[in-house]
Amino acid sequence: MQLNRRDFLRSSFVGCSLAASPLITPVTFAATPGDHRLVVIILRGGMDGLDLLRPYGDPLLTQLRPTLAGGPDQGAHDLDGFYALHPVLAPLLPMWRAEELGFVQAVSTPYRDKRSHFDGQDLLEAGTETMAGVRDGWLNRMLQAVPSVTAETAYAVGRSDMKLLQGPVEVSNWSPDVSLGLSPVTEQLMTLVTESDPALHAAWQEAQVLAALDAEAQVTDRTARKGAHVKIAEFAAQRLAGEARVAAFSLGGWDTHSGQIRAMNRALGQLAEVLNTLKSGLGQSTWGRTTVVAVTEFGRTARENGTRGTDHGTGGLMILAGGTVRGGRVHGDWPGLQQGDLYQNRDLMPTRDVRAHVAWIMTGLMGINRATLEATVFPGLDMGDDPRLLL
Amino acid sequence: MRVFDPELAEIRFGFGLAPAVQPPARVDDMLNGLTGLDDMATRFPVETFDTFRARMVEIAETARIRRTMRGTPQAEAAKKRRNQLNAIARKDGLRWAGHMLLRQIWTPTAFRERLVGFWADHFTAHGKQGVSRRATSPYIEEAIRPNIAGNFADLLQAAVMHPVMLFYLDQTQSMGPGSVRGKKRKNGLNENLAREVLELHTLGVHGPYTQNDVQQLAELLTGLSFRPDLGFVFRKDFVEPGSETILGQTYQDAGDTTPIRAVLRNLARHPATARHLAQKLAVHFVSDTPDADLVKQLEATFNDAGGNLLALYEVLLNHPAAWQPTLQNVKPPLDFMASAMRSLAVPEEKLMRFGERKMRRVISRPLTAMGQQWQRPGGPDGWPEDDAHWITPQGIAGRVAWAMNAPEFILRVLPDPREFVATSLGRRASDLVHFAAASAENRPEGIGLVLMSPAFQRR
Repeated sequence: MQLNRRDFLRSSFVGCSLAASPLITPVTFAATPGDHRLVVIILRGGMDGLDLLRPYGDPLLTQLRPTLAGGPDQGAHDLDGFYALHPVLAPLLPMWRAEELGFVQAVSTPYRDKRSHFDGQDLLEAGTETMAGVRDGWLNRMLQAVPSVTAETAYAVGRSDMKLLQGPVEVSNWSPDVSLGLSPVTEQLMTLVTESDPALHAAWQEAQVLAALDAEAQVTDRTARKGAHVKIAEFAAQRLAGEARVAAFSLGGWDTHSGQIRAMNRALGQLAEVLNTLKSGLGQSTWGRTTVVAVTEFGRTARENGTRGTDHGTGGLMILAGGTVRGGRVHGDWPGLQQGDLYQNRDLMPTRDVRAHVAWIMTGLMGINRATLEATVFPGLDMGDDPRLLL
Repeated sequence: MRVFDPELAEIRFGFGLAPAVQPPARVDDMLNGLTGLDDMATRFPVETFDTFRARMVEIAETARIRRTMRGTPQAEAAKKRRNQLNAIARKDGLRWAGHMLLRQIWTPTAFRERLVGFWADHFTAHGKQGVSRRATSPYIEEAIRPNIAGNFADLLQAAVMHPVMLFYLDQTQSMGPGSVRGKKRKNGLNENLAREVLELHTLGVHGPYTQNDVQQLAELLTGLSFRPDLGFVFRKDFVEPGSETILGQTYQDAGDTTPIRAVLRNLARHPATARHLAQKLAVHFVSDTPDADLVKQLEATFNDAGGNLLALYEVLLNHPAAWQPTLQNVKPPLDFMASAMRSLAVPEEKLMRFGERKMRRVISRPLTAMGQQWQRPGGPDGWPEDDAHWITPQGIAGRVAWAMNAPEFILRVLPDPREFVATSLGRRASDLVHFAAASAENRPEGIGLVLMSPAFQRR
């Protein structure tokens, strides 16, 4: 084969390669499974729901949490006379007032007692009663029940492993902080070198397309040095505004054993940025058809510990956002903070299985029937009564 | 028909070509390399779990002091000591990771390291909490590495009864409902280990077992436990009384591990296990869709030789399908990284000079970006074998980013890309790759392009 460098550089490999990319060819998307968007955020580390959404109306709260319980008198935002939102979440107040932000209190997975992040997250993402024999995640099993799913329908965004999307249905995965940072020549040479291997070639071309989208977003938006969480939310919104219907990603920093005030300021600040970025990125009409669900592996101890933090607990908080949700209110039953009310006299008592709430959302959004949800998506779950989380 | 090819031996059954390491000259060299002195383990040591557990004992002691002497200076000192022990273990864990890579980079008997990887994945286990999270390499060093060329029954027993496995699959919590302890605690069986032994370790998911066999095996496995100060222990107070029947065979209580060893031996020799392992071995080493005759011969040999693993490898390495010249499987990220560093002859002192932060930057984080977090597969079924799992836009972008940047970061001075084509690809260097390497704008990208070529990505 005769090739010379100058000829090669004159040719336009990149131009052809983009058009040939299998994942961006329009015919792939003849049909899409409905119009609703579902975003699942896994809050890794055990998010302290009692700090995010403070039940300051219960006088026991300040006894249990001398430094962490501040109500409206200390900067928290009163929601309804009983609950106050963490001070740092001021940027989410407009969403709350628009009734596009809501909470479900005292939820948990069936995971109990060992309080390990690893096991807790595994079970949260598996959506099962135990881990025995489980090989896939509930969001992947949901996709199996949805018609016309393509590889573009669901995206796992970011670098962390999203086990809830693992399984037989093909999903896409991209981390927007990947910067190829190659010279144009090298990009073209990569295209050339991989040409003899169709699978490698296709994946490379798609990587270029995705990386170029990121680069473009960064050029048009001049806010310097955005955090990875914002890039992830922007990318998710961008995909969901197009062909994607489901996106999942992680948000970390919730394991607040000590110095919780500082740690929560940071983590909650990121959460607020993520939700607002999703909303603005999706635009009014798509946001109106979007449901964001944020869940965590477990809540934290009702009592503050000796190092101004909290330890691994049980009952936790689920966050709902989007134009589809019945927001501006706190759903679920409040178990109370008295000695006898707490689980093992230490944690908020879970009053409902978090999976039941997610299952009801799936029914509402995707029209998946109850039998499938209880048998396949969340095997063995009793969904109970409709908690009416959606409009 | 003998079609042995030294280059292919290194590429398909090892970690690729190495400029400074002589490839095996014949199949016997590869097989002898499995039973000879373990030079690599001596040169690049990794702690065994039996040594490692002393760390767990000391950390448990700090926890005891903190609990019983709350608020005293002793408790404060114990907390400091705990943090120190955790930091030491974290550093040691990274050193072991470096050593495991260096073995793959420098070994003259690369098939041995590949088999350690294969069986460590087949028997996936890792610690979940605290210092035990660093116990994965020690587990592999102790349970897997010494047993890769013996009988499968011994390997199975070493892995399944190992403390790290017992923890990973919740066996230490499992108690017979009728056991002394179970009656008192109202706790019950945990079927996790029993199920995975049948589904993953032996018979395979399509094997001839029922839920009843799973439960019976779970009852039989009760008592397998661990204490940091003693190592493996058998807890009679956890044992479900009475006999259990698994696959039609009844095992009587013996007050010790005798019936457990017996059932593992029988499962190891089961024809369904032979079928399962034959397929898995062929897929792992040869192709996602392996030659039917190769699988058949592996299965027959496993049955005839009673689980003798060396006999199994001999059949694999002497089968013509194993030497099909077209490269097949995509290297998983870890193997890609190791083979890249092998082709670049990364010296020990270059890799091991990095502190924690740089080790993460150059090894751990890129591996995660490529889709293979270090020693953390998604579940007990280990990493996927199918190429499609690894060739994704995200995975390829991760490989490109590493291939173009990491070699220079590690070595500082890179070889000439034009020469690197031949040292890394051998006879499989195509004109296209030569052209690309010569046309790159700079050395790092020239090297990266060679590493990203299909002849380097596949084996």
